[in-house]
Amino acid sequence: MLSEVEASPDFMDSLVQLASIQKNFGDAKALQPTNLAIERGKTTVLIGPSGCGKSTLLRIIIRLIEPDAGTVDFNGAPITPNNIDRLRRRIGYVIQEGGLFPHLTARANVLLMARHLGKAAPEMRERLSELCELTRLSENLLARYPVELSGGQRQRVSLMRALMLSPELLLLDEPLGALDPLVRASLQKDLKEIFARLQQTALLVTHDLAEAAYLGHKIVLMNGGRIVQQGSIVDLREKPADAFVSEFLNAQRRLALA
Amino acid sequence: MKSFFARNLLVGRDSVEPSNFCRGSRWLPRDDSVAPYRSFALAILFFFVSALSVNAQPVTIGSKKFTESYVLGEIASRALNEAGIATEHRQGMGGTIILWEALRGAQIDAYPEYTGTIAQQILKTDRRLSIQEIRDLLAKFSIGITEPLGFNNTYALVMRREESQRLALRTISDLQKHQELKFGLTHEFLDRQDGWQPLRERYQLPQQNVIGIDHALGYAALAKGSIDVKDAYSTDAKIGENNLVVLEDDRQFFPRYDAVFLFRLALPTSIVAVLHKLEGTLDEARMIRLNAEAERTKNYTRAASLYFDGGVTSTIPAGENFSRKLARWTLRHLQLAGISLLLSVIVGVPLGILASRGGAIGHAILGFASVVQTIPSLALLALLVPLPFFGISVRTAIAALFLYGLLPIVRNTASGLQDIAQPIRDSAIALGLEPLAQLRKIYLPMASRSILSGIKTSAVILGEPILSGLNLNDHATILQGAIPAALLALLVQTVFDLLDRALIPKGLRL
Repeated sequence: MLSEVEASPDFMDSLVQLASIQKNFGDAKALQPTNLAIERGKTTVLIGPSGCGKSTLLRIIIRLIEPDAGTVDFNGAPITPNNIDRLRRRIGYVIQEGGLFPHLTARANVLLMARHLGKAAPEMRERLSELCELTRLSENLLARYPVELSGGQRQRVSLMRALMLSPELLLLDEPLGALDPLVRASLQKDLKEIFARLQQTALLVTHDLAEAAYLGHKIVLMNGGRIVQQGSIVDLREKPADAFVSEFLNAQRRLALA
Repeated sequence: MKSFFARNLLVGRDSVEPSNFCRGSRWLPRDDSVAPYRSFALAILFFFVSALSVNAQPVTIGSKKFTESYVLGEIASRALNEAGIATEHRQGMGGTIILWEALRGAQIDAYPEYTGTIAQQILKTDRRLSIQEIRDLLAKFSIGITEPLGFNNTYALVMRREESQRLALRTISDLQKHQELKFGLTHEFLDRQDGWQPLRERYQLPQQNVIGIDHALGYAALAKGSIDVKDAYSTDAKIGENNLVVLEDDRQFFPRYDAVFLFRLALPTSIVAVLHKLEGTLDEARMIRLNAEAERTKNYTRAASLYFDGGVTSTIPAGENFSRKLARWTLRHLQLAGISLLLSVIVGVPLGILASRGGAIGHAILGFASVVQTIPSLALLALLVPLPFFGISVRTAIAALFLYGLLPIVRNTASGLQDIAQPIRDSAIALGLEPLAQLRKIYLPMASRSILSGIKTSAVILGEPILSGLNLNDHATILQGAIPAALLALLVQTVFDLLDRALIPKGLRL
């Protein structure tokens, strides 16, 4: 029997479905049994205080963390240890910083997987130009090594690498967390445009409510290892599920005004 | 680099030692203790071949750890072979006591020995024993002795041939008439109870100009004419090489060290008969030639073959000059160290990869490599030499060097890999690279600096014996040895700098 959530049309039509996912780190319950659907073509944002389980949830999808219980379906088929490497190539992954390989140039970082899979050179060249244009990165920066790039440039290269193989799903774990406010704002704007242009299915983790509101079609608010409420920012603001939702929203607003 | 260079110079000065000067039990690993050179593949092949041909128990000949003993062992071995008897020559097993115990314990069947040594070290007497007396005493141990082979390898005084002819000097007594001659004697000879003081009294030598000088330097000083007389062993290869003569001990001051073979009395008479045939066939001059050939070529089998072929000239020109010798010698040691280093890398990097994953296996690997490193080289050789495959051979040298080279490579590989940050690992995994591809494309290149510096450390460890050996090998010219050694150090450094550039990705060098 499917639960009410699992049977909803939303859930059935989504790209990724997490069902009863559960994870403990020792005695600490990182994730209570959790269900979540990631809709095609939309940006889903995971938000919540530190340690709420949002990063754990994202890392479970790409199997950097093995869940204790539950299943993750991708395109309707469960992700298993056998198919994970193949599926990872259809998922892009961007992290806060340090994700670029320091011994490779920006170009080699972006092309790493394509080369590994033996893609044709002209095809790769073409895709590279496309991505430079898309992420607004000057092509002549591609010859540089990561240490020779600014923080914002590095994140653009990370994004290029994640998008290189035209992934069905893009996972972003606080991708802008380490950037200064101006760079951050410009990248937020670019990300929104890119996602819209590509009709990209994306799952983004952030602790910044403004960023979540700006980028997310759906906002998933987590606390203490479980999902407290999900919906549009308007839903959260106007129909908070409990006191924590209001408190979280108000705290961030107060900070913004202060 | 600086310390590498400086240390080498120090090693060079301290480690100059005479080569054929110790009759007893020297355990230092030296080049001429290493069997004739074969490539490693050949050595392995040789091992399999010899392991396969298990026929009748061969006669085992032992020899002590110095050139002359090797050559005599080879001669006995070949003589037996020519009589249709299979032999095994266990070269350079150690000193007198080891050989004697091995003979008594029937681990070997025969070995070359000297009468003076038998009296003093085996029978423990200060009396001068005749061969017959020795034979009777040894019979109690069920050990037999041949008659002398023909030469007496004892202490001797030597001088330049043309000088001795000019002054008509033939015996030690003749020195009484030439007070002006300058003596350069080794410190050991000056100090020995049976050395310079009693010798001077016995012969009433008048010379006042007596200095102590290192054995190796003494030959150089003799050649230059800064001294006229020095002490030596009477069959030292240098006597022939430097055109020196041995002054006759006309008052029989020095004890006799007549070379003989000791053998087990239980041996079949057919075997003993072959050993007896060697009696009286080797005089000093001939032994000096064989020793010189052996030291020059490091090929004891070939030196021994001179005995049988009556002096067929060797393929290496007799007047091989210093620089050529040095070049050949250096090349050979580079080969030795190169093979060892290559093996250390081939084995060390995978072990380091395993160790980097931690856990019980990782600890075991690092522990093993560390323990090996703490074993002193002599002890390590002592462990390896008794093993059937190794013995005294180039294989043992390579194995020991290989083991010493292992730890820095294993440790640096492991730590280099462990130092890679988690976000990098996450990214590599998340891209969908298979584990081996992650290692090859991401982790190993990122750890390359650390791995290379481990290899460099190993190279320095393995280079040390080469560099000190460079100085050890040629007894006369310390400085001349130090210069190529320094050049070699520079060369190795340059090679590694180039390797750094070639192997460490540019992004890691920014």
